[in-house]
Amino acid sequence: MWLTSERAAPAIYTIALLVFWEAAVWIGNMPTYILPAPTVIAGAIVQYWGPIWKNSLVTLWTTLAGFGLAVVGGLALGLLVGWSKSIYAGLYPLMVGFNSIPKVAVVPILVIWFGIGVVPAIITAFLIAFFPVVVNVATGLATIEPETEDVLRALGASKWDVMTKIGIPRALPYFFGSLKVAITLAFVGSVVSETIAANAGLGHMMLAAQSQFNVPLVFAGLVMLAIEGIVMYAIMAEIEKRTTGWARRSGQT
Amino acid sequence: MYVDLKGVRLEYPAAEPRGEPVLALEELTMGVGEGEFAAVVGPSGCGKSSLMRLATGLRRPQEGDISVAGAPVTGPLSITGMAFQNPSLLPWRTTLANVMLPLEIVRPHRGRLRRHRAEYEQQAEDLLSLVGLGGFGSRFPWQLSGGMQQRANLCRALIHDPVLLMLDEPFGALDAFTREELWQVMADLHAAKKFTVILVTHDLREAVYLADKVFVMSARPGKIIAERKVPFERPRPMDLIYEREFVDLVQDLRGLIADARSGTGAGQRAAA
Repeated sequence: MWLTSERAAPAIYTIALLVFWEAAVWIGNMPTYILPAPTVIAGAIVQYWGPIWKNSLVTLWTTLAGFGLAVVGGLALGLLVGWSKSIYAGLYPLMVGFNSIPKVAVVPILVIWFGIGVVPAIITAFLIAFFPVVVNVATGLATIEPETEDVLRALGASKWDVMTKIGIPRALPYFFGSLKVAITLAFVGSVVSETIAANAGLGHMMLAAQSQFNVPLVFAGLVMLAIEGIVMYAIMAEIEKRTTGWARRSGQT
Repeated sequence: MYVDLKGVRLEYPAAEPRGEPVLALEELTMGVGEGEFAAVVGPSGCGKSSLMRLATGLRRPQEGDISVAGAPVTGPLSITGMAFQNPSLLPWRTTLANVMLPLEIVRPHRGRLRRHRAEYEQQAEDLLSLVGLGGFGSRFPWQLSGGMQQRANLCRALIHDPVLLMLDEPFGALDAFTREELWQVMADLHAAKKFTVILVTHDLREAVYLADKVFVMSARPGKIIAERKVPFERPRPMDLIYEREFVDLVQDLRGLIADARSGTGAGQRAAA
């Protein structure tokens, strides 16, 4: 059935949504400054392509920089936390508490420390994307089957042996799985920061467009963000698939 | 005695702050001679697995002495091999790489592995052929059946030529036919390699078919309440398990375990 055909489904559903949206705007006679139709947004993308492209690149690189830091830092802290039960017990409440702070509230502090610009955006992206990486890596390490560990420990394996032979390979699917979550969160972080304190980036552009009631351009920014998000997510999903084939073994027998 | 436990007491600290500590083993004494195949049977939760952990040095007893090969056990012993009911093969490694895992840990192999890889791989392949897994080395664990995984697990326990093999219900999760096949494999391996084996099991026929000596443990706190020699000649044909003497011995053990269970009251339920 075409409704359930997996390969065509994403395109069909996207087109259906756009058609519905377009029709709803025309039928409801919606003013452009409330909800622009997809065709109007497409027009805005073409019209403002220069600034949109420039700001998209700024958002993309601040997001990727923050994401990169989150991956490196998250992996390192995740390994540390997963290493020992007491480190886990000590750091976990701190991390949960830190993660509960809305990152929007942190941006003004970052601005005081680093000024307006890309640095607060990178750091906000890092702060928000960091947590899922840590939790996933630590979970992967903490859920080693006791029998597997016993088999190695009975042979005289050190903690380091257990980590490198079992813990880290075992945590990899969790780690790569967390990258998909982390990259989308990193976009949230960088755009939040850009809307508050930046002089470039899609968040900043959308804020400027909004103050001029250029609603189609605001929506054009949203569309660009969605596209960047989807592309990065797809890349992370592909990396996950290629690196941890053993963890998704269905259909390989 | 090659493996010697004398007056061993093992208590686990309470799981919860106000809970009672769990006394797993008390006054446990047993001895296994070199090259002997010993089986330990008992009601569930009697501390059979604790016994395994003690003999391999994964745990230290609160009281009593444990020695293996004449030396007191003070920590993990690399001269032992272990296999559990759960094959616990690493899914990201091929069967061959799984079997070779102990070589990456145990000295002197760990230092020699890189330079002599081909030689060690051959050794692992030979071992796989011995248990009927020849040519399966490049498969991943999930591509093997449960019985095949358990065979690979046995190979992993044996690759570093341990002198003492500890088996914790390794055939427990298999179907009856596969289990009997693996009994044969185990008996052949024991005949070929002459290691000492301690097999923990709740299958009495398995214990009698494989072992030279069967120990019966009481319910928790576990101790050895009886010891039976198994008189049958080796190699033992599979038909043996239907013969009168074999069945009598199994019945005898059954009776001992039934007594051990009723001795503690039905209300006591212990986790394995």
